[in-house]
Amino acid sequence: MRVVSQPVRKKDAMALVTGKPVFMDDLAPKDCLIVKVLRSPHANANILSVKTDVALKVPGIEVIYTWEDVPQERFTMAGQTYPEPSPQDRLILDRHVRYVGDPVAIVAGENEACVDRALRLIKVEYEVLPAILDFHQAMDNPILVHPEDNWVVLCPVGADNQRNLCASDESHNGDVDAVLKDCDVVVEGTYHTKANQQAMMETFRTACYMDAYGRLNIFSSTQIVFHVRRILAKALGIPKSKIRVMKPRIGGGFGAKQTVVAEVFPAFVTWKTGKPSKMIFTREESQVASSPRHEMEVTVKVGAMKDGRIRAMDVYTLSNTGAYGEHGPTTVGLSGHKSIPLYGSLEAHRFAYDVVYTNVMSAGAYRGYGATQGIFAVESAVNELADRLGMDPVELREKNMVREGQVMPAYYGEQTNSCALDRCLERAASMIGWKDKHPCRDMGNGKVRSVGIAMAMQGSGIAAVDVGSATIKLNEDGSYTLLIAAADMGTGCDTILAQMAAECMECSVEDIAVLGADTDSSPYDSGSYASSTTYVTGKAVERACAQLKERILEVAGEMLETSAERLVFAGDRVETLDQSASVSLAEVGFKSMVGNNHALQVTESNSSPLSPPPFMAGAVEIELDKETGHVEILDYAAVVDCGTVVNPNLARVQTEGGLAQGIGMTLYEDIQYDDKGRLRNNSFMQYKVPTRLDTGRMRVEFESSYEESGPFGAKSIGEIVINTPAPALAHAIFNATGLWFKELPITSEKIAMGILERSKNAEKTPF
Amino acid sequence: MKVKIVLNGKTREDEINSDQLLIDYVRSHGCYSVKRGCETSNCGLCTVFLDGKPILSCSLLTARADGHRVETLEGLQKEAEEFGAFVADQGAEQCGFCNPGMIMNAIALFRENPDPSEEEIKEYLAGNLCRCSGYEGQLRAIKQFLEYRRRGGESCE
Amino acid sequence: MLKIKEYVKAESLEQAYELNQKKSNCILGGMLWLKMSDRTVQKAIDLSGLGLDTIEETEDSFSIGCMVTLRQLELHPRLNEWTNGAIRDCVKDIVGVQFRNLATIGGSIFGRFGFSDVLTCFLALDTYVELYQSGVIPLEQFVGIKRDRDILVRIIVKKTPVKCVYMTHRNAKTDFPVLACAAALSGQTDNCRGYVVAGARPGRAIRIEIGTEEVMRLRKGAYTKEDLRSLAAGLAKDILMDSNMRASAEYRSHLAEVLLFRCLSTLQERGGEV
Repeated sequence: MRVVSQPVRKKDAMALVTGKPVFMDDLAPKDCLIVKVLRSPHANANILSVKTDVALKVPGIEVIYTWEDVPQERFTMAGQTYPEPSPQDRLILDRHVRYVGDPVAIVAGENEACVDRALRLIKVEYEVLPAILDFHQAMDNPILVHPEDNWVVLCPVGADNQRNLCASDESHNGDVDAVLKDCDVVVEGTYHTKANQQAMMETFRTACYMDAYGRLNIFSSTQIVFHVRRILAKALGIPKSKIRVMKPRIGGGFGAKQTVVAEVFPAFVTWKTGKPSKMIFTREESQVASSPRHEMEVTVKVGAMKDGRIRAMDVYTLSNTGAYGEHGPTTVGLSGHKSIPLYGSLEAHRFAYDVVYTNVMSAGAYRGYGATQGIFAVESAVNELADRLGMDPVELREKNMVREGQVMPAYYGEQTNSCALDRCLERAASMIGWKDKHPCRDMGNGKVRSVGIAMAMQGSGIAAVDVGSATIKLNEDGSYTLLIAAADMGTGCDTILAQMAAECMECSVEDIAVLGADTDSSPYDSGSYASSTTYVTGKAVERACAQLKERILEVAGEMLETSAERLVFAGDRVETLDQSASVSLAEVGFKSMVGNNHALQVTESNSSPLSPPPFMAGAVEIELDKETGHVEILDYAAVVDCGTVVNPNLARVQTEGGLAQGIGMTLYEDIQYDDKGRLRNNSFMQYKVPTRLDTGRMRVEFESSYEESGPFGAKSIGEIVINTPAPALAHAIFNATGLWFKELPITSEKIAMGILERSKNAEKTPF
Repeated sequence: MKVKIVLNGKTREDEINSDQLLIDYVRSHGCYSVKRGCETSNCGLCTVFLDGKPILSCSLLTARADGHRVETLEGLQKEAEEFGAFVADQGAEQCGFCNPGMIMNAIALFRENPDPSEEEIKEYLAGNLCRCSGYEGQLRAIKQFLEYRRRGGESCE
Repeated sequence: MLKIKEYVKAESLEQAYELNQKKSNCILGGMLWLKMSDRTVQKAIDLSGLGLDTIEETEDSFSIGCMVTLRQLELHPRLNEWTNGAIRDCVKDIVGVQFRNLATIGGSIFGRFGFSDVLTCFLALDTYVELYQSGVIPLEQFVGIKRDRDILVRIIVKKTPVKCVYMTHRNAKTDFPVLACAAALSGQTDNCRGYVVAGARPGRAIRIEIGTEEVMRLRKGAYTKEDLRSLAAGLAKDILMDSNMRASAEYRSHLAEVLLFRCLSTLQERGGEV
């Protein structure tokens, strides 16, 4: 391959490194109304009255809206294929506010200063209600988060608003209880992860304006242009044909922008007033009123024989969707379906879950999407099992991991036709020096060095649901334009897809211009999430290119007065089989504009019945200070099987970025609520995403399988990369201290006090 | 109040509010590379030079820049392209939102310490957050750029 | 969001002091902390035109102007030579270089913040503050005084011979300290004092004097590891700790024992004549 598998520079790279104005707030109309919302200070309350008369008098204020001004049909903000599994439980502004930060009023004015003043002058009277802040207490609690009659769920996800239940299900294969009973060893543990924030550097933001056709134009930092169009249409009660959604360069998403977090407010303002408006979330709002990872408590029972055969796994997840149900019914599934299948040896498994409503910020989509939480639990349990069996954790996995060609009962019954997990594990262990370093070495100065390891999987798109499309057209100069609606949020999918097109059309990446994500001009794409772009949209690119080549041959055939079968597409030209005659691509391009009946533009949509999992292994070496509990990451070795690596640079950086986020989730990002339901981590001062001093050395390699159903054999890489650090680090910390930590983050306090506690107990027992 | 600031080599006289922050001043003058990522001076995205020193433009009153020199990436395009090419060759620019602040601070590092150790690089840039790249790609780019400079590529001066 | 009605670049300390007597006015330091408040300030008084941004060394002291930045402190060769690098150690973990190019020692010391690395470290040294109205007073005394409307003009570190060490524990490398500790042995052979300081408890730094006998033993390098641990534990046990977002009181107490032991070990290693 000439272009695919090359470390091509991103198409927007030089614009980004020279600071060109390509983001939303650089491009939004200069005279936008500034839109902000007043937010509830209470975790659960009914609004008795909202007095806006004084606020409206502030010079420069255009409008103030309250719950009385908005449509009353509930919708969901989840970016998912319709009909969305997420409950339709939102209103633009609700009379019942359900978390600290829930919007109460929308204010639009000429500038930020007058809007801030007006916000302070709005008088709200609340009937404060008792709130559910502990997700253990949510199910069947008499306090209902969504008691309303017009709460609706479109899919059978096991939701019941009268029980605070957003979703519930159970699935199994074989008789897990019987097999567990028969096992020599059963390890059971409950693992707790918190509502981590994606914390992308560019906060949520949207600009809106009316166009020449009386349509609402949305210019937003979003991953999901088509879902935004549909959701806004429903929320505003207007036809989709009245809405256009576009995206500029996006300053990071990681799933945060797979939910309609900001769009609906300026959209409402512009639709009502006819004036351009924009809303930019502060970092504080992005911390307290956004769409973080679902808090989950995953209980795992894993049973094995003395000889190391893992025979059964039983997983139960309790997931906290917060005040609204976006992504609640869907994230939870991955906590079992994308963790249990790592083990192909199982005779039986069971996976059950409940997703509950509470009065905290509504959770959403964050890289990994439930798999991260489930894999932390399952891989930790397997590492503990290794310890109990007295077996090396790498060896235990070699005995039991899923192998290429196996059917995965816990993974929707799919067969994995591309699996290099065994090579990933072997290589990661070798890179970290597993044999010499496992489990632990005392450095003699109060510090110990230890290693930990974990495997991971994810999916590639949502099987039979996600749609990726591509339009490719030949221009008159022989260059191409590729139109997509997959959202490049920094990942470089514009470039990756151009690489594929360039490979197909036998040209260079420079010859392909990529236009992204405009509901008017892009062919339909579900959006960039679920690790779908490379695998699902990429295949659409491949197919569209194949078709375009056919069309080019047709036009060339007319020019050369022969049939297309006698012609060969040769990159910059089309020639006859005997190479006696040819026309250049540019000539074909020109011909297509004169007396031509064959449009040199092809659109293809692709959806796959499969979602081939990428696999990876992550191994970490740490140095742990037993007195302070401080963990220093010395080295992280990650080996990824994403199928064919389309762009090694981008794949490597994706992996490193995912590792950093996983490390943050495991060691530093400590979500804390106070007893009134207020999130204490309301800034980067209080929410510590890793700096470059916190992450340590990372080494990334690839062990590629070949996925037949994927473009050029590729699968995906976008999400899996965040899934190994939590279990690998928890493992290393166990190897260093003998203590299992099952709640994240694993802070130095927990480690130090755990060690202290244990030595005190040891003192108490004389033997 | 009135201020006179040399912004990217051009002397500008403006009427400003006393509490205007430098980031809003420079953006209002078309320096869109300067980004805001937080409200607590933690992220480093808004890094600009004040009399050649890297500072957080979100935390300095425009009034305090009166009579001083301010530089943003718009005024350092040649250095940005030169060093930025190395970042681009790693794919480490990713979403690009943290890039201007990071590259400004990297240029400040290269000027202050032409031959920094890996430790010194990381410590100098510690105040520049990135959520996309995991930092390793940026480090590779910096090391390769320093190597290129050592071998006689044009300097940042 | 901070609102300022009028910005005034002070032309003299007298003018600054006069203006600062009004409650609705305030002095601008680095403004990093002030920026995050929701205050409306009538007149924001900037001292940056008064030449208070230098570090002067005389025969018997370092004179540090209140507008000296943390970065200047970090890079000052003589100040760091004098304090075994403790000054650099106490600022280098604070957020980032750009932040430290703005944050001032005046802001840090006058604020007397609990989390302050700077305050903790300077308390271990022979430090005085020069206030415009109240004159020169020891930092130890200043720490206990309620904030008033005086102006902190200079920080003076007397060049008393000193062996000094600064250590913190942080949950993440550039976060606020969970606990900040400093230790110092200072003075001449016949008049040697020893101090340990604990800050970010989360309360502000307090200084505890080490007994004369213990100081002598430290200087002679006469402590075994176990005895040093006892000494550290003894000093730590009376330090009042509290819990906050970052840590519990119990952990801080435990850390105090650990960090003070490490500080004292380092001091003893450096040992001998001060």
